[in-house]
Amino acid sequence: MKDASPAKPYALHLGVIALLFTLSFVLPEYHHGLLARIMVLAVFAMGYNLLFGYVGLLSLGHAMFFSAGLYGAGLAVIHLGWSVPAAFAAGFACGALLALVIGLLALRTSGVAFMIVTMMFAQVFYLVILYLAAWTGGDQGMVVPQPMRVLVLGSTSLDLTNPTVRYMSALTLFSIVLLISLAIVRSGYGRVLVAIRENEERTKMLGYDTFSNKLAAVVISGSICAASGAAYALLFGYVGSSFASVQYSILPLLWVLLGGAATTLGPLIGTLFMYYVIDVASGYTSAYLLIVGIALILLVLFFPRGILGSIRQRWLGWLP
Amino acid sequence: MHFGPHLLLAALEGLVTSAVLALTALGLSLVFGVMRVVNVAHGEFFMLGAVLAWAISTAISGHPALGFLAALVLAPLIVGLIALVAERLVLRRLNYNPEATIVATIGMLYIIQQLALTFYGPEARPVEPPFSYRILLPWFGYSGYKLSIIAASALLLVATWLVLTRTKIGLIMRATQYDSETAQAFGIPVTKVYAGVFALGAMLAAVAAVLIVPISQAHYLMGQDPLLLSFIVVIIGGLGSLRGTVVAAVLIGLSDGIISVFFSPTLAKIIATLLVAMVLVFRPQGLFGTTSR
Repeated sequence: MKDASPAKPYALHLGVIALLFTLSFVLPEYHHGLLARIMVLAVFAMGYNLLFGYVGLLSLGHAMFFSAGLYGAGLAVIHLGWSVPAAFAAGFACGALLALVIGLLALRTSGVAFMIVTMMFAQVFYLVILYLAAWTGGDQGMVVPQPMRVLVLGSTSLDLTNPTVRYMSALTLFSIVLLISLAIVRSGYGRVLVAIRENEERTKMLGYDTFSNKLAAVVISGSICAASGAAYALLFGYVGSSFASVQYSILPLLWVLLGGAATTLGPLIGTLFMYYVIDVASGYTSAYLLIVGIALILLVLFFPRGILGSIRQRWLGWLP
Repeated sequence: MHFGPHLLLAALEGLVTSAVLALTALGLSLVFGVMRVVNVAHGEFFMLGAVLAWAISTAISGHPALGFLAALVLAPLIVGLIALVAERLVLRRLNYNPEATIVATIGMLYIIQQLALTFYGPEARPVEPPFSYRILLPWFGYSGYKLSIIAASALLLVATWLVLTRTKIGLIMRATQYDSETAQAFGIPVTKVYAGVFALGAMLAAVAAVLIVPISQAHYLMGQDPLLLSFIVVIIGGLGSLRGTVVAAVLIGLSDGIISVFFSPTLAKIIATLLVAMVLVFRPQGLFGTTSR
């Protein structure tokens, strides 16, 4: 990673945020709603990318962090009647705590065992949601009532069901997480993570405590995914067990692989691209999982660096 | 019914589950042991076996045993062929890199599942058992076919074990498993062995599915549970250890049968999955396995 001047990456990222902001006033209604959803899910992908792309830990269980945020926030509103900020904080805290526990356990393993262990913990989480159907709504899921989804800031109250407010809230979360991940990647800590990915033994030998560095990465990654889940519950008003299923652990992997692992903007591009491919394809066929499957195989076979990864390799070496 | 006969019934049901599970898990374990590939699509090969068994047995008229026998031979062969093609087209090009192959087999899982849904449909369809003799015990009658599943599975397991330990093919497979580079240096065609093992693993899953389909119906999502249970068995038995796999399959099958008679199946699954995850975290070599090299 070369960094001649720190200005260029920051300019690029602020430009992307500005572009998304402008798009809000240009896009037709349908794509406007879709893009809001994509931005929230891109946050999920960014959280995943931090662990998979930069630390090289392939988790097959990130759906549990997303749904910890989803249920943490959703159930706090539905059952406890909490306000939007408190519910968001609850979801975030649930995800962070879960990530800490899972990290402490799963990081005792590595490689293939890490993938299977994370998948199994996620499966347990999914089954627990189904088992506690009395509170979680089981496989039917639950709708977060519309009157509760109002963000009160001082004297103004923002209705999160309003498309513009929803878009701007999604954009705010997206921008914050994007800038945070850019800052992490460019910091000394980010370099230690990449060093662990490249050669863990050597990093250990150089005196870094690789376990606690990896644990911190799991917690940050899990918290970002939980933030995405909490935002999803509050903005789109639905909490369902399908978000905890294996499929939602695979999707962020697909998005990140497609956009480019270990690139800060890759998750957004991957999510955007895949979402539109599925959206267009579902007009012709209901077999969208077929497309997901073929995309996964083609990506690992011919395009393991993803879109931005390839661009970085060919033309733009400074891309973070 | 009293507690004793109830327990006997649960144990018999558990043994049937174990018999099928042992074959499926053996396939997964062979592929992992020899190739170091975690085949996430293994459950879909199982499902394909069952769906093909339905297709073959309905295509053949006459006595149900005829259709069933044809399915028992043809379905695994077709599944083996599909696995062979998948291995050549995808896994070999990835150089059997463990992480890339997991992602690729997840892709295969979605493709096979979706194709089954498109061409076979969302219905669950039964296959008629080859014979319907009931064995009368003092407390209840029990399906003779279910007992024959246990026998057939035991036979296949012994046959696989004999092939692995007593034949040249088995020796070549074990040599490849032990050290593929040295095996290659001694002139063993390692990529051919890999292709064969991957096909064999898929065929074992398909045979297991053909055996179970007369009592459980063919459905395009039926591969999920066997996959999870096979993972559990392979992990408890020790990744890549065959004897451990069989012992663990009997253990898991029996306890699954007994637990699900007395407790809620979801709770049983939660406990089992959590326990296995903990085994993998704290005893990665499995309960019966030796320390991995």
